[in-house]
Amino acid sequence: MPPVEIVPQKQTENPGRRSFLAGLLAAGGAAVGAILAVPLVRFALYPVLARTTEKSWSDVGKVDEFNNLTAPIQKLVTIEQRDGWRKTIKQQPVYVTKDPQGALIVLSAVCTHLGCSVRWVDAQNKFVCPCHGGMFSGDGKLLGGPPPRGLDQLETKIEDGLLKTQYQFFRPLIHTKEELA
Amino acid sequence: MADSEAPRSGFRAWLDHRTGIDSLLRHALDEPIPGGAKIAYVFGSGLLFLFLSQIVTGVFLALYYVPSADHAHTTVAYITKEVTGGSFLRSIHAYGSSAIIIVLLLHIIQTFMYGSYKGRRELVWIAGCVLLTLMLGMAFTGYLLPWDQKAYFATTVGTNILSEIPWIGNGIKELLRGGTEMGTLTVSRFFVLHVFLIPAFIFVFVAMHVYSFRKAGAAGPVGADPIAPKLPSETFYPKQLVMDMGFAVLIIVLLGFLAYLWPTELGPKSDPSDTQFLPRPEWYYVPIFQYLKYWQGSTALLGILVIPGIVGLLLVGLPFFDRSLERRPWKRPISVGIFTAVLLGLAALGMISHHEDIRNPGVAAQLQAQREATRAFMIAKFEPELSGGSLAAENKALANPDAAKGKEIFEAQSCNACHGDNGVGTAAAPKLIGIGKKYDAAKLQALLLHPTAKMTAGGMPTPDLKDDEMKQLIAYLQSLK
Repeated sequence: MPPVEIVPQKQTENPGRRSFLAGLLAAGGAAVGAILAVPLVRFALYPVLARTTEKSWSDVGKVDEFNNLTAPIQKLVTIEQRDGWRKTIKQQPVYVTKDPQGALIVLSAVCTHLGCSVRWVDAQNKFVCPCHGGMFSGDGKLLGGPPPRGLDQLETKIEDGLLKTQYQFFRPLIHTKEELA
Repeated sequence: MADSEAPRSGFRAWLDHRTGIDSLLRHALDEPIPGGAKIAYVFGSGLLFLFLSQIVTGVFLALYYVPSADHAHTTVAYITKEVTGGSFLRSIHAYGSSAIIIVLLLHIIQTFMYGSYKGRRELVWIAGCVLLTLMLGMAFTGYLLPWDQKAYFATTVGTNILSEIPWIGNGIKELLRGGTEMGTLTVSRFFVLHVFLIPAFIFVFVAMHVYSFRKAGAAGPVGADPIAPKLPSETFYPKQLVMDMGFAVLIIVLLGFLAYLWPTELGPKSDPSDTQFLPRPEWYYVPIFQYLKYWQGSTALLGILVIPGIVGLLLVGLPFFDRSLERRPWKRPISVGIFTAVLLGLAALGMISHHEDIRNPGVAAQLQAQREATRAFMIAKFEPELSGGSLAAENKALANPDAAKGKEIFEAQSCNACHGDNGVGTAAAPKLIGIGKKYDAAKLQALLLHPTAKMTAGGMPTPDLKDDEMKQLIAYLQSLK
């Protein structure tokens, strides 16, 4: 087989033109990269930057049924959680109770220590956490044990005679109430 | 690099001693092009660029996509409606597939008209033919993945055509579908083909295509001898590379504009029970779609197997049949004539198909209705999918006795015939899930008693209910989440 015969062209181009072309190449590469890279990065970071759980109001029950409250009463609220492209409907326990002034409040049942669900113990007239013995008063104040703060109070409103609450999770193990997105 | 033969020092030398990257680069960039760089030669690297862009956008789309009949449509809707840049990237990927077909056509036309398949270039040509088939396979398998109406029905038709092949047709169809019917296994199979198998083969054949091309050398302009060109040559770097880069920039800018101005749409989720839907393939399959209409019954075998077989054989065998070294197209009237006739024939078939769709009022109306359904779905807010574990909780929500009675009314009044069981929606009427969030009870009652013109036109009757029944029905509608 005869070798492919290539006649080399005489190099007439000057170095200035060559580096201009190299610059063009770099600019072209940067343009292509930018058009794709910016949306790609934003696309990949979406779940990190976007707030996926929207606050929503859940029904706790009719106000009438809490008017004569003498001790905290447990209620299940239905909450909707977003998980990417799906949603989960879950039920979470809350306690309806009264603050010292006698106004209705709703407490999260999640212990501020490590997240177990606290129980109302009538005989002792306080909330007791089954995991590590954290204790809280009927209006949620810390009485003793390892938890760093009292039970977290949830936002409430009354609409058409219905007590509603905005269920949220809060960061455990710290002294201040800090909501988790 | 190409412009320097001097030994390098520092990191570059260290790297070169271990990888030989300098000689590799020099080999790649100093490729001689007889007759010099030309715009006409940009299509091959344009295809390579598009393929890379498809890989990158495809990998990112897979961050959110789930290949199952249950979730595919939701996840694509999520990408399109919720994720930042999702609609743009999906559009770049979808338009990119069309761009690949267009640039493939230009590449084939250029190669054919320049006679660049001649002179020991059989393997280049054959690998190219395989790549054409693989790319059409990518387009076919990718089309199903969004699992919307057009994806579902186009693939149903596409796979049914396979069963026309005698003896083995049904077997191939069922192998592709993962059973006799389209379903979640079909999505998995198409996904594996689209994402793993076909790309792997594309890598292999691109390597063969480029390697055998470099072995034979660039053919140069039509006047040049394809085996031993006498023309003075110019290296690939920098001029041809700049032209190739310019073409890549042009492609991505065009794709970016299209994706930004006319983002790819997603239709309503596939509904196998829809008997009205008219599937239409992507534009590059329309000529074949139209061609296949002419072959039914006893002639099907001829039209579906024999004629395409002969055309395919002629195409793949071209460098074996056409052995003269003459490259100038005006000196090769027969092969250029056949090639042009086939291209014009395909274009004519495409236009006939388009005109038939416009001329038939029934078809035109149905296609218009489908476009409107797609537009309505695109406008609707993204509705997240209820996870399986939630169903128990949702049923508990129905523990509201009013809502439970409302569900009975919903079914007794046959609302579910059009709005679907549990209000999931069908092609005939929109879904009602989440309607309680959109309208309050009073507005819902007003809509039920005094439907809008659009509702009436869609066939929505006014339910004849007592006051308490109306209340229960509304309680049920509000419980649909």
